[in-house]
Amino acid sequence: MNTLVPTGFTRSAMLALYLRETKYEFLRVLRTPAFSVPTLVFAPMFYLLFGVLLNHGNAQAASYLMATYSVFGVMGPGLFGFGVGLAMDRERGLLTLKRVQPVPALAPLLAKVGMAMVFATCIGVVLLALGMMLGGVRLDASQAAWLLGVDILGVMPFCALGLLIGTLVNGSGAPAVVNLIYMPMALLSGLWLPLKMLPAVVERIAPLWPAWHLGQLALKVVGQDSGRPVGMHVAVLLGFTAICLFLAQRRLQRA
Amino acid sequence: MNTTPDVLAHLQAARKSYGKVLALDGMDLKLHSGKVLALLGANGAGKSTAVSVMLGLCEAEQGGARLFDLPPLAMEARRRTGVMLQSTTLPDTLKVGELLAMTRGYYAEPLSVADCVAMAGLQGLLGRRYGKLSGGQQRRVQFAMAICGRPRVLFLDEPTTGLDIEARQQMWSAIRERAAAGCAVLLTTHYLEEAEALADHVVVMQAGRTLAEGSVAQIRERVLQRRIRCNTRVDEHGIASWSGVRRVQRDGNVVEIQAEPVEPVVARLLAEDPQLSALEVQRAGLADAFLEITRAAEAA
Repeated sequence: MNTLVPTGFTRSAMLALYLRETKYEFLRVLRTPAFSVPTLVFAPMFYLLFGVLLNHGNAQAASYLMATYSVFGVMGPGLFGFGVGLAMDRERGLLTLKRVQPVPALAPLLAKVGMAMVFATCIGVVLLALGMMLGGVRLDASQAAWLLGVDILGVMPFCALGLLIGTLVNGSGAPAVVNLIYMPMALLSGLWLPLKMLPAVVERIAPLWPAWHLGQLALKVVGQDSGRPVGMHVAVLLGFTAICLFLAQRRLQRA
Repeated sequence: MNTTPDVLAHLQAARKSYGKVLALDGMDLKLHSGKVLALLGANGAGKSTAVSVMLGLCEAEQGGARLFDLPPLAMEARRRTGVMLQSTTLPDTLKVGELLAMTRGYYAEPLSVADCVAMAGLQGLLGRRYGKLSGGQQRRVQFAMAICGRPRVLFLDEPTTGLDIEARQQMWSAIRERAAAGCAVLLTTHYLEEAEALADHVVVMQAGRTLAEGSVAQIRERVLQRRIRCNTRVDEHGIASWSGVRRVQRDGNVVEIQAEPVEPVVARLLAEDPQLSALEVQRAGLADAFLEITRAAEAA
């Protein structure tokens, strides 16, 4: 059986199904303030505070923090959407219902990825606007597009990590586990403050965190990365995504 | 598997255990086009497991299930099947109209929104969020989602739990309408009057097995029998020896007699006691039949 396009549906009807599924997943999450407010507000708020108000017009710091806070922002939807959302969907019987409805097996997962990408786009655009209008950041159009691209595709490893968490933890425990991973990893990856301002050991272990690699890609767009090759960061992120998906799938098969 | 053309879904000799508990013990079920099958049984009798196996949500250790002569999870089978599960919490923050739009989109030729609203009784609810609805309204939304794809097989796992009488009767008439349109319906229920109102065929389950099956009338007949109650001075020990009488009980002036056929007994009672009063003849309901059948099986 083809998991993507069942027979009897045209490709365009199928595409419409996936888009609808994504739209409702997005609306559902948007209307959950406990999730949508922190997701949409935290990164811009921190950026306004540290990148604009307390920064006293240092354009280099403003563009550094614009890149890293956008990465911080895009980690959330994937981690929470999958880590918490999937665990809850499972407990509420929603995944069981989707299994017996004529929904392609991947649709609920792709809808969550799509939801995370829409959120990432919103966060990326807001941070670009704040940085360029209030922070004195200057980017040309192609740089802005690259940064948004990093933000949008950057949800993937965190969707995968969220999926793995969702398969390991139940719905009530998931928010705590997600926060325990999300916040420290953001700090240790230099997303809140440049790593130079943290103890040297933090900078040395930073390459362990996927968020650091994504942060480096975003910083490369604004010309402030640590100078390692793009290919290495991309390879680490893809590898990390693949490992999480593999472990999650093994876990789901056993459940 | 041997299936006649109008058998749309089929559970055959299914055996399934959870640890040491045998949930299905060689269970057979067939759903026929245009017919409502009611699956009755106490909690833990195996009804939900039977539904799960028929839907492909869990696999039987022996035997198995076919839906339209396909494996139950085949997309082609699912697209002709509507399901209302017992414990599903739909997303609280989506509106009823959105849930319906999402589900209708899974099917090639869904019912119109207006039809869904009318059949499931969702008037005035389309703009409301699911989480703000009462339990009964939520069940109606789930029912609308089950029927919106014009399914040819409909699985309804305790569909009317939490509904008031009016809403229940509205759902019953929608279920009858679907069956009349050729849909095969499997209904699990605790409410015997629901089976009585809807079912063409009743299967009583216990401990994963079929305990009794037949039409509502046949199940009733399993426990015979009609019941005569009256005020009479005729001696009950005498009545016990009359032909057709199975049981006699006296409580003060009132005598209760179970008998089949009942008419000659009534005639003889009236002949022997012209003073006889408060005569009642009752047919055993499905509830009596159900209790009697399961009690007899437990005693055995």
